[in-house]
Amino acid sequence: MAIIERPPSTEVATPATPSSSLGALKRPVSTTGWKSWVFTVDHKKLGIMYSATALFFFIVGGLEAVLIRLQLAAPNGKVLNADLYNQMFTMHATTMVFLFVMPMAAGLANYFIPLQIGARDVAFPRINAFGFWAFLFGGIFINLSWFMGGAADGGWFMYAPNSGPVFSPSHGIDFWTLGLQITGIASLTGAVNLITTVLNMRAPGMKLMRMPIFTWMQLVVQFLLLFAVPVITVALFLLSFQRNFGATFFDVASGADPLLWQHLFWIFGHPEVYILILPSFGVISEVLPVFSRKPLFGYPFVVFSGAAIGFVGWGVWAHHMFASGLGPVSVAVFSVATMAIAVPTGVKVVNWTMTLWGGKLEFTVAMKFAIGLIVLFTIGGLSGVTHSVAPSDTQQTDTYYIVAHFHYVLFGGAIFGLFSGFYYWWPKVFGKLLNEKLGTWNFWLMVIGMNMTFGPMHILGLQGQPRRMYVWTEQRAGEGFFNLGFWNTFASIGSLILTVGVLLFLINIVITARNGKIAPLDPWNARSLEWMTSNPPKEHNFDSIPTVSHLDEFFHRKYQEDANGQMVQVKTAEQVLKELEDNADAHIHMPSPSYWPIIIALGLPVIAFGMIYSIPISIVGGVIVLFGVYGWAIEPSTAPDDDFDPPTTTKDVVHVG
Amino acid sequence: MWFTLAEHAVITAGEHDTGHGDHHTSTGLSNNKLGMWLFLGSECLLFGGLISTYMLYRGRVGEGPRPSQVFDIPFTSVSSFVLLMSSLTMVLAVSAAHKGDDRNTNLWVTITALLGATFVGGQVYEFTAFYNEGMGFTTSLFSSSFYVLTGFHGVHVTVGIIMLMSIVGIMKRSKTPGSKAETVEMIGLYWHFVDVVWIIIFTLIYLVPA
Repeated sequence: MAIIERPPSTEVATPATPSSSLGALKRPVSTTGWKSWVFTVDHKKLGIMYSATALFFFIVGGLEAVLIRLQLAAPNGKVLNADLYNQMFTMHATTMVFLFVMPMAAGLANYFIPLQIGARDVAFPRINAFGFWAFLFGGIFINLSWFMGGAADGGWFMYAPNSGPVFSPSHGIDFWTLGLQITGIASLTGAVNLITTVLNMRAPGMKLMRMPIFTWMQLVVQFLLLFAVPVITVALFLLSFQRNFGATFFDVASGADPLLWQHLFWIFGHPEVYILILPSFGVISEVLPVFSRKPLFGYPFVVFSGAAIGFVGWGVWAHHMFASGLGPVSVAVFSVATMAIAVPTGVKVVNWTMTLWGGKLEFTVAMKFAIGLIVLFTIGGLSGVTHSVAPSDTQQTDTYYIVAHFHYVLFGGAIFGLFSGFYYWWPKVFGKLLNEKLGTWNFWLMVIGMNMTFGPMHILGLQGQPRRMYVWTEQRAGEGFFNLGFWNTFASIGSLILTVGVLLFLINIVITARNGKIAPLDPWNARSLEWMTSNPPKEHNFDSIPTVSHLDEFFHRKYQEDANGQMVQVKTAEQVLKELEDNADAHIHMPSPSYWPIIIALGLPVIAFGMIYSIPISIVGGVIVLFGVYGWAIEPSTAPDDDFDPPTTTKDVVHVG
Repeated sequence: MWFTLAEHAVITAGEHDTGHGDHHTSTGLSNNKLGMWLFLGSECLLFGGLISTYMLYRGRVGEGPRPSQVFDIPFTSVSSFVLLMSSLTMVLAVSAAHKGDDRNTNLWVTITALLGATFVGGQVYEFTAFYNEGMGFTTSLFSSSFYVLTGFHGVHVTVGIIMLMSIVGIMKRSKTPGSKAETVEMIGLYWHFVDVVWIIIFTLIYLVPA
C-alpha cells in the first residue's frame, strides 16, 4: 500500500510500495486504526493525543487532591498516613504541573499554532511525535513509582535534605528525577519545534504583529521553556548523581550549599509559573473579543506585556527563597522585581476588561470561563503581590496562604483558561458543540467549589496552619471565625463540589460524543485563521494557503467597512472557505508517518530504569535510542514523491515540512 | 541575556516578512538551521548551570587534592589546541560541502572526527591520571563538580564525533553530490559551539586560579 496523498485523488492508480527506511522496515502507511495514531506525525492528531493524555493525568492529580482534602476534612484524619500523605501532595503537584497543565497547553499549541499562522504542519513533525511519546512515557515512568516501593515524597520543589537518601530511602525520588528529565526532553524539543514553526512557517503576509494572540503567548512560553528546561535538567542531574552515584552536591554535612538546589530549581521554577499561565492568557485573549464582538483592546499591549512577563519572569526567582536568609540586598532587589512583574500582568487585566467594555457580550460557557479567569486570577495575583513584601512573605512562607495563592492563579487562572479553550475550540477539533447547559453547571460548580476550597486557605495560612501538615487535632483548632477545624472541613466540602464540577465536564464530553449538536462551520462568528477551514480541519489544514492582510484575518474577510464606517458582513464563512477551496493546491504531500519517534522515546524510560536498578538495562535503552536515531536520520521526513498514490510529477506537488 | 538576544532575533526576523523573494520560510533561514540555533541557545543554559555549580564548589576540596595539585596544564593545553584545530578542519569540511565536493567533505569531516577523538582520548587519560592521584568522583565537592562539568562536555564532543562519522556513512549512500551540505553545516554549528564552550571551561577550570 502506498502513502495516500492529501487530498485523496478520485482516480485509482497502481499502488506503489513505500521505500524502506532502515533495512527491513517499511514506512507505516495506515490511515485508519490504531497504527494511524501511534505512528502519526500529524500535528492535529498529536495535539489531541497530548490533550487526552493530559486530561487523564488531570483526573489522576485530582484524585490525589481529593485524598489530601479527605485526610484533612476531620481531626485526626485516618485516610492517609504521614508517609503516604507526603507522597500524595508531592505527586499531586508534580502531576498537575508537569503532566496536566504543561502538556494540555502543549496540546492546544500543537493543534492551533499551525492553524492560526496558516501552516499545514509544524516545522519538525517527527520531533513533534517524539515529544508526545517522551511526555507520555515520562509521565508513566514517574507514576510507576507508586507500584515500585513508593512515590516521590519531598514536595514538588524537592529541597535538600528531604531529597537525599537519608530522608527518602525509597526509589520514589529517583523515578521522579529521571521521569522529569524525560518530560523535560519532550518540552525542550517541543520548544525548538514550535518556535521554528512560528518564526518560519507563517502564511504570506502573516507578520508577527498580525499573529493571533494565542500564538504570541505560546511563542513567549516556548522561549521560556527553551531556556528554563536546561536549568532544571542540570539540577535533576546533580540530584541523580547524588542519589545514585554517591556525589554530595546538596549534602550540608559534606560542606555543600543546599541553596544551590533552591537557586537552580527556582531559576527554572519561576519562569515555569509563566509557562503555566501564559497559554491560558492567550486562550482568553482569543475568546473575549469573539464573544464581545469587538477586537481585542490594545493588541500590541497584550503582546508586549506578555513578552515583558517573559523577560521579567527571569529576575524574580528568589522571592521563593526569602525565608532562606539571602541577605538584605538580594531580598530588596527581588522584592522590587516581583512588584514590577505585577505591572505587565495588570496591563493584561485592564486590556481584557476594556475588551468587554461596551461590547455586545454573549455569555457562552467559553466566555464565562474567560471572565472567571479574569476575576479569580486577579484575586490570586493580588495575594501574589503581598508575597513581594518580604517581611510579610517571611511570615507566610510554607503556610496555607501560599497554597491559597497559587491555587487561585493556577486553578482560577491556568485551568479556567484551558476550560475556556475546551468549550471554544471543541467544535473546531471534533465538529460538535459541547452542551452549553451542562457547561454552565460545570462552570458554576467549579467556581463555587474552587472558592470554597481555596478561599478559606487564606485564613488558615494567615493563622499559621503549615503547608504539608498531614493531620490536625481539635486541641489546636482555635475558636470562632479562626477555628482551623471548621475551615478545613469547609475546604474539603468545597473540593468535593469542585470534583462534581469537573465530573460534569467529563460527562459533557461523553454526551457530546454520543449525540452532540453538529457544529456549523463558524459557530462563534470567530476572528482568527484557525476557523477558516472545515470542522474538523482537513488533514492538510488549508486547501490553499491564505494570504493574510489583517490582524483578525478571518473577521476582515467576512466583514468590511461600509460608507458610514460601520462593519457590515460581506461574506459568510462558507463563502470564504469556498474561495480557498477553489484555489486548492493540486497535490499536497504531507510529512509521512514514521516508526522512529516512538522507538526513540521508548528507549528513554529503559535507560532511566537502568539508572535506578542496573546499568546494563541502561545500555539496552541506549542501543534502542541509537537504533531509532539512525533509522530517523536515514529516513526522509516526507516520503519520496514516487511513494505517493497517485504518482505525480514533481512540478505540481506542494511539499509540507 | 540569551533570552534578550533570541527575542531580538525574533523581531529582526519578523522584519524580513515583507521582503519578497522566493524564501521557503518566513525568516529565510531554513527550519533545520533555526532549530539548531535554538537548541544551542538552550545548551548555553545547560552549561551555564554546570559552570555555576563548578565555580561554587571548586574551592571545596575537603580531604581530597586541590585543583593545583592535580592539573597538568601543558597537557590539557595541547589537547585544547587539538580541539580548536578541529574547528578549522570543520570549516574546511563545510566549505567543501557547499561546493558539492563530497570527496574533500569526507576527508575533512573524518579529520575533524579524529581530532575530536584525540581530545576525548586525552580527557580519558586525564581522568585516569586524576583518579590514580586520589581524586575520585565522590572524593570532594570539587571533584564531583569537575567530573560532571568536563564529563558533560566530553559527552557532547563524543556525540559530535558520532554525528560526524554518521554523516560520512550517509553521504556515501546519497547519490547527488553536495545534497547533505546543510546537514554538514548543522553538525558544524554544533561542533563550533562545543569548542567555544571548551574555551570557557578551560579558562575557568585550568587557567583562573581557585
